[in-house]
Amino acid sequence: MANPQLNSGNPRVDIEYRRKKSAEEMRHQVVSFALMIFLTLIAFAAVAMKGFSAWFIVPFIILLAIVQVIFQLYYFMHMSHKGHEAPSLFLYSGVLVGAVTVLAFSTIIWW
Amino acid sequence: MSTYAQKKGFGATLWDYLTTVDHKKIAILYLIAGGFFFVIGGLEAVFIRIQLAVPNNDFVSAGLFNEIITMHGTTMIFLAAMPLVFAFMNAIMPLQIGARDVAFPFVNALGFWLFFFGGVFLNLSWFFDGAPDAGWTSYASLAMASKGHGVDFYVLGLQISGLGTLIGGINFLVTIINMRAPGMTYMRMPLFTWSTFVTSALILFAFPPLTVGLVLMMFDRMFGSNFFETSMGGNTVIWEHLFWIFGHPEVYILILPAFGIFSEIFAMFSRKRLFGYSSMVFATVLIGFLGFMVWAHHMFTTGLGPVANAIFAVATMAIGVPTGIKIFNWLLTMWGGSVKFTTPMHYAVAFIPSFVAGGVTGVMLASAAADYQYHDTYFVVAHFHYVIVGGVVFALLAGTHLYWPKMFGTMLNETLGKITFWLFFIGFHMTFFIQHFLGLWGMPRRVFTYLPGQGFETSNLISSLGAVFMSLAVIVLLYNIIATSVKNVRVGNDPWGDGRTLEWALPSPPPFYNFKQLPLVRGLDAYWLEKMEGKKGMTPAEPVGDIHMPNASFLPFVIAFGLFVAAFGALYHMDDKAWSVPVIIIGLLITFGAMFLRSVKDDHGFHIHKEELMEDDKDKGVKA
Repeated sequence: MANPQLNSGNPRVDIEYRRKKSAEEMRHQVVSFALMIFLTLIAFAAVAMKGFSAWFIVPFIILLAIVQVIFQLYYFMHMSHKGHEAPSLFLYSGVLVGAVTVLAFSTIIWW
Repeated sequence: MSTYAQKKGFGATLWDYLTTVDHKKIAILYLIAGGFFFVIGGLEAVFIRIQLAVPNNDFVSAGLFNEIITMHGTTMIFLAAMPLVFAFMNAIMPLQIGARDVAFPFVNALGFWLFFFGGVFLNLSWFFDGAPDAGWTSYASLAMASKGHGVDFYVLGLQISGLGTLIGGINFLVTIINMRAPGMTYMRMPLFTWSTFVTSALILFAFPPLTVGLVLMMFDRMFGSNFFETSMGGNTVIWEHLFWIFGHPEVYILILPAFGIFSEIFAMFSRKRLFGYSSMVFATVLIGFLGFMVWAHHMFTTGLGPVANAIFAVATMAIGVPTGIKIFNWLLTMWGGSVKFTTPMHYAVAFIPSFVAGGVTGVMLASAAADYQYHDTYFVVAHFHYVIVGGVVFALLAGTHLYWPKMFGTMLNETLGKITFWLFFIGFHMTFFIQHFLGLWGMPRRVFTYLPGQGFETSNLISSLGAVFMSLAVIVLLYNIIATSVKNVRVGNDPWGDGRTLEWALPSPPPFYNFKQLPLVRGLDAYWLEKMEGKKGMTPAEPVGDIHMPNASFLPFVIAFGLFVAAFGALYHMDDKAWSVPVIIIGLLITFGAMFLRSVKDDHGFHIHKEELMEDDKDKGVKA
């Protein structure tokens, strides 16, 4: 997906505005990158530290993973920008179908 | 078109079709291959009805009967209904949205060849020690115990053809999202395009579970894993879930395009705008969505427990609501319209009561408590044949008559078409209506024979006689096709005279680039709008310019063929044949080699220059 408001070659787009937008974009990426490193460290720490049961650690790490995926999609793959309606529709539909499957398997087959 | 209308030899034509990436030619390939498998599946159905016509019959043995019912179901669903639906999607959808081709023409061809080789592989099982015999659902407890290679053919064949379907569906999605003509907003898309869109989304989400299920079964059967082997800690019910998470959306993958075709027919031949267009779109999307929430209604008697059964029962009944919206919209489209009873319209009108009958038994089956009584009886057989034949097959036959002129440039004979319709309509109800009662009287499905004196004789005989009518109908249709092709009377843009959507604004068949200038779409039923304002054709949205076209390629055929070869190696691997691993490697080398060639060799396609397009215009002037 293109990212028209930032990288378009259109000379009519105000250069100052574009520069400001890019700077903001960069800041978001750096912040989310730092957060992702931090979350990864927490995940390792959760396993390394004694005293937590597996029943806490596994859901906790899965939760961190979900947060990371959201960061990845929205800040690095530009899903927060306009023009991504179709990809997000299909992403969320897929997540829904997958979630229903997992829910069904975990409720009526395995437990 | 002039340069392409010249007579070509048989070899050149064959090579043209083997290498084509044109969506219209791929549609014809799908139609021929799907029609061929439809005839094979139909013959299997006839054998079933011959065997069951009289009690204690020994026309086929019990084992062969199991193979025939399995192959009948599998062939009809995967190799006949789906490709025929794909044929119309390929032929019509790009024209309806005003596109010059699908988004990925090469991938489109690859999808066809994967389906084709998968289908051929599956049917070759008849000649190599036995066809699959575990039912089209291939439940793991049966499939694991099946002797011979039948189930392996099923697993590998469906895996290959399923790949083809999946990439075909993705292709349609990308096409509809990105390649609509100027002015063709989502809410101006014809309903057949809408149903193609929702169907493709269902394919995208439904086929991965099937792929996973087939991979697990392949490992169980061929490489000694134990996913479904209960004695080794596996769970056979997992297959049922995976299969039906795919299988239930699959039936909507079949029926939604049928709804789309009928929506076009009702609007065209009632000479009226489709009643409640936006509610039709809403209902289509809602059916697609709910289709993923109901799979366990196929498994009520598996022992899921009352809570799960209740949830899935209610969800299933909810699907009746959007379907009901559609039925009423079709009725109200006809109401007050100036209805013209052409062959397609015959099918459309007959579809409503037939499909509603199937829907009503569907709601009956959805009540989990009652389902314990209906389960595995002929009542279920009657139900799903009412929805699939009364819905999908009617739509495919109607679509064949409706779109034949657009695909081939000649009209099928209307009288013969109506004879086909009446034979098929009578035969269909004769065969399947009585099966409701057979089921309620206690005849179980999938039995190869029954004893005299149980009250099943007359009804089964009537049912078998109905199959004769349906066979006659198909023979008349084939005769009609041959006679029409031999006469070859060419028709113009809008042979029905009532075309509403963009495809009827083009010559029949359209030139290989479809639109010389992309059309400007000014509303729903774009072509009808222009006609009503006294215009001859669409207003162009762009000046005449060079058109970029993809090159033909033989690689899709080669890629699919490699997998076909590798599948044979995998199949005989469990027999400890020395040649099996080399064959797998050779097959995969062919596939990946062809893919590698495609990746490294740049293929930029070619341009049709403005001057040639102008030349074409002059040619046409002379001919007309």
